[in-house]
Amino acid sequence: MIKSLKTREHKLSDPNYQLQLLNSHSKSLREQPKFRDKLGEAGLFPLEPTGIEIFQMNLGYMCNMTCKHCHVDAGPDRSEMMDRETFEHCIEALRHSQATTVDLTGGAPEMNPHFKWFVEEASRLGKNIIVRSNLTILTTAPKYRALVNFFADHQVEVTCSLPFYNRSRTDRQRGEGTYDKSIEALQKLNHVGYGKEETGLELNLVYNPAGAFLPGGQASMEQTFKEQLHRQHGIVFNNLYTITNLPISRFLDFLLQSGNLDEYMDRLISSFNPAAARGVMCRNTISVGWDGQLYDCDFNQMLEMPVEESAPGHISEWHEGRLNNRTIRINQHCFGCTAGAGSSCGGATT
Amino acid sequence: MSNSYYDPKDLKKFEDIGDFGPELAKKFFDYYSAVFEEGALSAREKALIALAVSHTVQCPYCIDAYTSESLEKGASEEQMMEAVHVASAIRGGSSLVHGVQMMNKTKDVSM
Repeated sequence: MIKSLKTREHKLSDPNYQLQLLNSHSKSLREQPKFRDKLGEAGLFPLEPTGIEIFQMNLGYMCNMTCKHCHVDAGPDRSEMMDRETFEHCIEALRHSQATTVDLTGGAPEMNPHFKWFVEEASRLGKNIIVRSNLTILTTAPKYRALVNFFADHQVEVTCSLPFYNRSRTDRQRGEGTYDKSIEALQKLNHVGYGKEETGLELNLVYNPAGAFLPGGQASMEQTFKEQLHRQHGIVFNNLYTITNLPISRFLDFLLQSGNLDEYMDRLISSFNPAAARGVMCRNTISVGWDGQLYDCDFNQMLEMPVEESAPGHISEWHEGRLNNRTIRINQHCFGCTAGAGSSCGGATT
Repeated sequence: MSNSYYDPKDLKKFEDIGDFGPELAKKFFDYYSAVFEEGALSAREKALIALAVSHTVQCPYCIDAYTSESLEKGASEEQMMEAVHVASAIRGGSSLVHGVQMMNKTKDVSM
């Protein structure tokens, strides 16, 4: 299994180096318009929140997989993990927050030892809980296999990664054997009622391109996935979310190694859509890091760009009013969320 | 000036053909956009047809563009290769079917 950039002490594990590359790696990138200017033209600079609806928590960077495109640089060799005290601060913040959704991500969030305890606590608060599962974890040890029923018992919305409806493209991006394990997990989720309309157990898939190209239309991709997965495996699901790969971390490594960085950035920038910019997820989301640091989004978290200094920086200092008055921090990677139909953790934004 | 007849960068300049004749260019690009919208055929099916035709007309710009477009629209590698084989079969078949003409002529002139 490949090791994380961090373990390899790769230059790209330095967020400042990544941002430097995106801004000035080549003549073409130096000449590209800046994200702030494009926002300005759309009347959106400085970018401001619309209110916190989604409370996204990164439970840690440990994962059972090491996907080639991972923006987190997650893997079995990452040990960063949210501790109990930070979870307790999150519960306290959620108790007073207007946020309606708690979105759990990682790494593999299921690998955090406090995961089940926290889901139980958060569901008592009446929040809609989303777990971002890589699917394969649900086919490993018995304690993870049992999570399928645990999710159903707590009405957890399962949003899971499946980059394509066939084996070759899925395994190329996420590792040999991923497709078969993902299908097994999806069938288990279907078996307990996930993805079936009458049960209220929501099962959503996340599609992201396996290469240097943008996702197609979300509705038609969803239709294709539904047809193919049902025909091949009898699988049903609710929604497909199309997500654009942001040019950071391991996907940036791929772009550099394959010589696609300039062209990919050009594609993102020339596809800038003001409507998608108005709907970017950082306007209605707050991202809590494994150590309790607050960020505008999970991508800014990976680039170590915490919320601006005037806002509370740590979950223990939670103050929703001040967070809602902050200015969102941006850089060239943000073009990934505003290209074409837009991209967010909930898919297209237009 | 480029030393090659085909430069990948020229694909991005396609719309510049309007510089030498804006009215017809506008008509063409409006028509072109309309053709590729979702209709009775899906955008993915249209991208695959365009990919096949690109191989028939052997246009490097079109092959690049419609390979990306097919990927973006969610086509699999198998579907894309089958589309190219359809183009190849029609192109090969269109040569071979003229063999009938050759046979007819042969029979006409032969004792």
